[in-house]
Amino acid sequence: MTNKLPEKLASRTALFVCAAAAALVLRPLPAAAQQELRIGVIAPVTGIFAQVGADMTNGFKMYLDQTNSTFAGTKVVPIIEDSQAKPDLAVTKARKLILQDHVQMIIGGVLATEGYALAPVSTELKTVYISSVAAADDLTQRQLGKYPYFIRTGWSSSQPDHPFGQWACDKGYKKVVTIGADYAFGYESVGGFQKTFEDCGGQIIQKIWPPIGTKDFGPYIPTIKADADAVFSLMVGPMALQFPKQLRDSGFTKPILGGTVSYDEAALPFMGDEAVGDVSALQYSAALQTPANAAFVKAFRAKYGKVPSYFSETNYSTAMMIDDVMKQTGGQWPGPEAFLAKLQALHVDTPRGPVSFDDMRNPVQNIYIKKVEKTKLFGYDKPELWNVVIRTYPNVSQFWTYGKDAFLKQPVYSRDFPPCKYCE
Amino acid sequence: MNAQFWLIQTFNGLSYGALLFLVGSGLSLIFGVMRIVNLAHGSYFLLGGYVALSVIWSTGSWVLAIPAAALAIALLGLVMERLFLRPLGFDPLRQVLLTVGFAFLFQQAALDIWTGNPFDINPPAALSRSIVVGGLHLPVYRMFMIGVALVIGLALWLTMEKTRLGATIRATVDDAQMARGVGINTSLISTLIFALGALLAAVGGVIGGAFLGVYPGLDFEMLPIAFAVVIIGGMGSLGGAAIGALIVGLADNFGKALFPEVSYFTLYAPMALILAVRPTGLFGRE
Amino acid sequence: MSAARIKILAVAAVLAAAALIVPHTNSFIILLATRAFAFSILVMSVDLLLGFTGLASMGQAAYLGIGAYLTAILATRYHIGLGWDFWLVLVLAMLGSALLAALFGLLAMRASGVYFLMITLALGQCVWGLAYRWNSLTGGDNGINLSQRPKFGIDLADEATFFYVVFVLFALSLIVLYTLVHSPFGRSLTGIRERELRMKVLGYNTWLHKYLAFIVAGAFGGLAGVLWAHTAGIVGTDDVVLTTSVDALLMVVLGGAGTLIGGVIGAALVTFVREYLSTLVHWWQYVLGGIYVLVILYLPGGLMSVPQRLREWRTASGAADKGVVMPAPARGAG
Repeated sequence: MTNKLPEKLASRTALFVCAAAAALVLRPLPAAAQQELRIGVIAPVTGIFAQVGADMTNGFKMYLDQTNSTFAGTKVVPIIEDSQAKPDLAVTKARKLILQDHVQMIIGGVLATEGYALAPVSTELKTVYISSVAAADDLTQRQLGKYPYFIRTGWSSSQPDHPFGQWACDKGYKKVVTIGADYAFGYESVGGFQKTFEDCGGQIIQKIWPPIGTKDFGPYIPTIKADADAVFSLMVGPMALQFPKQLRDSGFTKPILGGTVSYDEAALPFMGDEAVGDVSALQYSAALQTPANAAFVKAFRAKYGKVPSYFSETNYSTAMMIDDVMKQTGGQWPGPEAFLAKLQALHVDTPRGPVSFDDMRNPVQNIYIKKVEKTKLFGYDKPELWNVVIRTYPNVSQFWTYGKDAFLKQPVYSRDFPPCKYCE
Repeated sequence: MNAQFWLIQTFNGLSYGALLFLVGSGLSLIFGVMRIVNLAHGSYFLLGGYVALSVIWSTGSWVLAIPAAALAIALLGLVMERLFLRPLGFDPLRQVLLTVGFAFLFQQAALDIWTGNPFDINPPAALSRSIVVGGLHLPVYRMFMIGVALVIGLALWLTMEKTRLGATIRATVDDAQMARGVGINTSLISTLIFALGALLAAVGGVIGGAFLGVYPGLDFEMLPIAFAVVIIGGMGSLGGAAIGALIVGLADNFGKALFPEVSYFTLYAPMALILAVRPTGLFGRE
Repeated sequence: MSAARIKILAVAAVLAAAALIVPHTNSFIILLATRAFAFSILVMSVDLLLGFTGLASMGQAAYLGIGAYLTAILATRYHIGLGWDFWLVLVLAMLGSALLAALFGLLAMRASGVYFLMITLALGQCVWGLAYRWNSLTGGDNGINLSQRPKFGIDLADEATFFYVVFVLFALSLIVLYTLVHSPFGRSLTGIRERELRMKVLGYNTWLHKYLAFIVAGAFGGLAGVLWAHTAGIVGTDDVVLTTSVDALLMVVLGGAGTLIGGVIGAALVTFVREYLSTLVHWWQYVLGGIYVLVILYLPGGLMSVPQRLREWRTASGAADKGVVMPAPARGAG
């Protein structure tokens, strides 16, 4: 009998712990206050994408700070949840935000996988999902019909690459080799560039696909065809730092055309002088010389100690857009359908420039062709690397000049589409 | 595929292999002496890079960063071995899992201390150039990596083969009980080896930091590669680690260059096959 | 009543309580519980290998992946598995994973100890690479979205209903595995874990025993994969990444290897910390890492060994009070 006592104690303790846990999880959650706008922000707070998550939430929070967390008289309550950049966790947290915390909308997701995972949740739970970063093309193209509560305030992967291909062709490049990360985002960026470049008369003569996370480009660089006029690169994260360095070290002197995130401010401040002269295209550059952007960059840098990347800008301007809609409704939450309609009808002046939306709920915005220069900007006293804007393409939609129906007839950009007709 | 192509690819493969030797040699030693599979080894590599960055930011000296990082991480290894691994006694599974637990802790700590931004270690200008030999552009830094690996490999080999300490270590590896029987302080040797392994990983991290970068996630990216090196070469064999590093460096390089379609498999498929054929690795002993 | 009988009743009681209480909590808790129970099936299969056969495999997520991808591909491309044929898909997934385990087992069984760990790691990574690269089949890194849950008389889209289905399958898996490890086959496995050489000398075909255990573990991994796919509604490369395999191993050790239910406790704890605690604080990684380190250091038998430790502590201190010197209790008993 004495043997049972410790067990009884243990089981009693366990019971107590369970009860406490139950009390903790079963506690009634506060009902949404009448004049409150609850926004769920899903971003990676921990894990290898934590810096991206920090950039995203900092951009969002900065706008809230500037408006005292009040949109048109309504208190804004942001609830930030950690997705660790994993789609199933993003879904779990999204459900929690919507069902437990009664948020009116969720924002976020970084990777395409997260976007594809969160969009169905928005449909099922009839809650607005704003993708400020996740750029997978098809979410606002062939797949949009499945997601009536989904809208993008960021961009689509191929959107900046279409004008870039045109620009490269106009510049006189005839043969380009593409080297892009071997995953969907890479395919869509390269695809966008290839489509317009070849439609204009250029030729993509080789496509190289280093796996995501490649650190040593040694195997790939010597295979670059010698008759290329330039290299189009799509490098993500740390790859963006290593590739230009290794390419230049190998004696390659021809121009590098960096797709989208390859030279974004998430990477540029950490690059060296080897990046000077490299050209890239995106809907944002921190070096944009407009009063709105100058104010944004200076405020962000003062507060968070780094030049804002597009991750920060897109979340800042998303907050701005939500504010604009709330101003129209006098601070009252108009319900998800009306909110989406109003958001889609906006014309906003954001730090990245004027933004509106097409009828597939993707932004129509400026695309900036920018060149890395070592210079002083915004009154900072040290010369630093900046993406100086050399050309602006206004009112660029996700379909470029092709028209929605013609564009949607072609398949989504993939590893094999557009096909490499001129591959030698 | 002319001669130039083969030459440059071989050179690239060798330099990558040199870096892998630095990472793998420490891991191999730790297993050889202590039979511990150190899954925090990638963390030591990354932390070495981060510590070096801090040293460079505060003192501006890259030369100083190498020994500073090496010693700091060696100390970390020492503490981990003494305080955490030693008390477990000989229990390989729990030791492995303990190192994993620490790897997670290190990852979060590194994120909190150094942020998640991607960094590069910038070596002095002299090492950042390329020299042109016969039409080939050879980055001096890659040659430096090969040089460092050769020097360290040689130093380790000489120590193991030609010094008293080396003989003591080899005795402990061969038969710990007998070694204790002849009066060798095997527990001290174990601690020393663990610290040395951590030191080698850290040096790899500093040297590699200019080449691969220093960023969150690098620890778990390097880990399987380090293991591939050690497995293929054989656990516990320094020469095996060198051969393994060469094989992985060259195979990975040529595999990706010649068969880019299977880039995701160039590391793991050979590893699985070699292990299936020779479970203790090419030169391993069990 | 014997200690074993008490344990079974206690476990059954706790599980029954969980099954009864959870559906009346909120959506989030139901989701977390569903995730924990689904993943527990994989974790128990890892325990079968680790705790009972002595094989530490770092590649079991591959079998979760086979089950999950099969479910997703059949559902989205061929519309199979969304009605009564859900049960067919279940069986197919288990067979598919068992087949892969049979194939991989042939390679992996040539190694032992840390080499076994490494080869299972490498094989798991090959599956990951395949999932990543075989875009047309797996969706590559985009993954596959399952747009709906199955309906067969009951609608699994209802979270409470789905929870019950997962719970029942989990309970069945637990019962089957429990019966297996207490059968003669299971006892042979334990014997192999303890002293393989002796078993060989006694005439057991140890290779075959280990191989069969590996296949059984693979099959249950596949089952877990089917449920995992429907729980999250998406299947992607994250399901077969290395850390998923490592997670399963850690959960087993956390809860207590060789107990089956220990892995469930481990899974519940990790799910709680990772998915619930992370909504409250951002330093939850330290909590999780700290728990791992402390349990591994001070609780070799995992959390399940706490009652036994308390018992020992009590008996030792009780005896000390009476001035009697107690010999150290035999390890591995109970």
